[in-house]
Amino acid sequence: MSLLEVRNLNVSSGALSLVGDVNFEVDAGERVGLIGESGSGKSLTALAIMGLLGEGLSASGEVRFDNEDLLAASERRRCELRGSRIAMIFQEPMSALNPTRRIGDQVGETLRIHQNFSRRASEKAAIELLARVEFAEPERYARMYPHELSGGQRQRAMIASAISCDPEVILADEPTTALDVTVQRRVLDLLDRLVDEEGCALLLIAHDLAVVSEVCDRVVTMYGGHVVESGSVAQIIDEPHHPYTKALLATSRALSVTESASGADLPSIPGTVPSAGQFPRGCPFRDRCDRSVEACVEMPPTLTEDTRTLACWNPVERVERVSDGAR
Amino acid sequence: MLVALWGASLLVFVVLNVLPGSPAQVILGTQATPQSVRQLTIQLGLNKSLVRQYLDWIGGLVHGDLGVSYISHLSIGSQIAQALSVTGPLVLFALVIGLAIGLPLGFAGALRNGRFSGSLIGGLSQIGMAVPSVVAGLILIIVLTVKLHVFPTSGFPGWSDPLQALRALVLPAFSLGLVEGAILSRYVRASILEQLRSDYLRTARSKGLRVGQALRRHGFRNAAIPLVTVLGLELASLVVGAIVVENVFALPGLGLLLLDSVNNRDLITVQDTAMLVAGTVLVLNLLVDLSYRLLDPRLKGSS
Repeated sequence: MSLLEVRNLNVSSGALSLVGDVNFEVDAGERVGLIGESGSGKSLTALAIMGLLGEGLSASGEVRFDNEDLLAASERRRCELRGSRIAMIFQEPMSALNPTRRIGDQVGETLRIHQNFSRRASEKAAIELLARVEFAEPERYARMYPHELSGGQRQRAMIASAISCDPEVILADEPTTALDVTVQRRVLDLLDRLVDEEGCALLLIAHDLAVVSEVCDRVVTMYGGHVVESGSVAQIIDEPHHPYTKALLATSRALSVTESASGADLPSIPGTVPSAGQFPRGCPFRDRCDRSVEACVEMPPTLTEDTRTLACWNPVERVERVSDGAR
Repeated sequence: MLVALWGASLLVFVVLNVLPGSPAQVILGTQATPQSVRQLTIQLGLNKSLVRQYLDWIGGLVHGDLGVSYISHLSIGSQIAQALSVTGPLVLFALVIGLAIGLPLGFAGALRNGRFSGSLIGGLSQIGMAVPSVVAGLILIIVLTVKLHVFPTSGFPGWSDPLQALRALVLPAFSLGLVEGAILSRYVRASILEQLRSDYLRTARSKGLRVGQALRRHGFRNAAIPLVTVLGLELASLVVGAIVVENVFALPGLGLLLLDSVNNRDLITVQDTAMLVAGTVLVLNLLVDLSYRLLDPRLKGSS
């Protein structure tokens, strides 16, 4: 039994389904990467796990944490778990921090909520936490307001807040996407190190496979609100079976200097992610897929094979074996 | 701000002195001989050049001397002070009522957004905004005094009996405050809704706070920033609204003083009163600006 089990999770806005039948699990101490383009339903999945979906959105299915179904739990119970055992880091560190309260105050807040820290004790703890996320002068930064910090510093402060109560799992929703490329690496390394030190599980949402492959043990690919493929990092990187994962991988690899120096066009996935409700019937990827077959008008079943899952009628590897690898 | 005040004084002076009607003529009546009118004009200093009259008036204002009424020969300063003892409490009272209506309704509207009760509140505030305070005042008079005899209809007994004085202010304050409260409730609702949808409120909830707690700890101060602007504007419109409502309820406040003076061509009183209102509005705006600094740390250190 895993620490976090997502079973048949659906998120919908009224009659419109945004996330459909999502299944995956995160073991204690495991790092799972959730990848896919924007609009694939990754963030919604994370917010549904937290129980923080926005107005008009509702979740159904099961989110089992430590064998307790969070979707069925009371709001009171969920508040007890949020921040203390399940923490979240958001994509936009500027808007995710309250502009009118000091950094130290916001970093120490979780301790005040869950461990009855006094204001003074939480401020002291916040300074220590800021030091752990590599602030050179934590006392000075604790007294500052978010607008006085850079994007990377803000995100490090968010990470400090997230680890403050030693959570068992951290959901990180594209924590480096809004940052300058130069500081992305540092924030990612920091997150990597802290998750290691804390021994907590990590669900890292990213659209960059390179990021996930460095940090994570396992990868879950989402498209159109569905999990299309999952497996260990090595399995997914070395031999992706789903055409979408393969396409993502190609775009991700092209960004390394050596290959783009060849002068060839950068590979891209044809078309764009449709907006919610505009996905084709059946396999959501079929109208952008170069391998779509007649069967694709129906949603392929998710097949489990050892440690990997796949939902595709015409997977990459199997066909390549037949057609002598012409691709 | 001083420049704005100076501009206001120039505008008030020019507009009022361009208007036809000689104060001396009005004072002496239609039967007066041209000679006596001219004599009074000289006596009042109205024969001097406009520039001179303006400078005399401004010079007096700067030294705190508001001049003497052409009509009653009373010090305008003491007349205005007398009027303020009615208008001041009336405006404050109306503000309190406006807040008492606007804040809870706005909150309820935001927290029940999308539900029937939320829409009902929205509809009510829409009606409240559409009804002018004069009409609201008349309706209140008809229902509460003429039919039910709960409050005095009009007039003001003076502050010697504070309870009676407050009783006389209840209806006018309500008719002013209802409208302001309705307007305020819409801003409060919008501001709180914005907070509820903000990313940092979601962060606060991700730390384990309930919606209400998160709103209290993280939303209020941020919501207050736009509301302070609205409140400053509302206070200004309350001062103006009081002038109208005082006439409906025959309260001897600034409004009555202003209208009487206009009728009597008591130009200097009109000028002083107009300057007072202009000054009040400017001071309110200044206070609004200053309060931003207190509420929003992003403005500290920038000028």
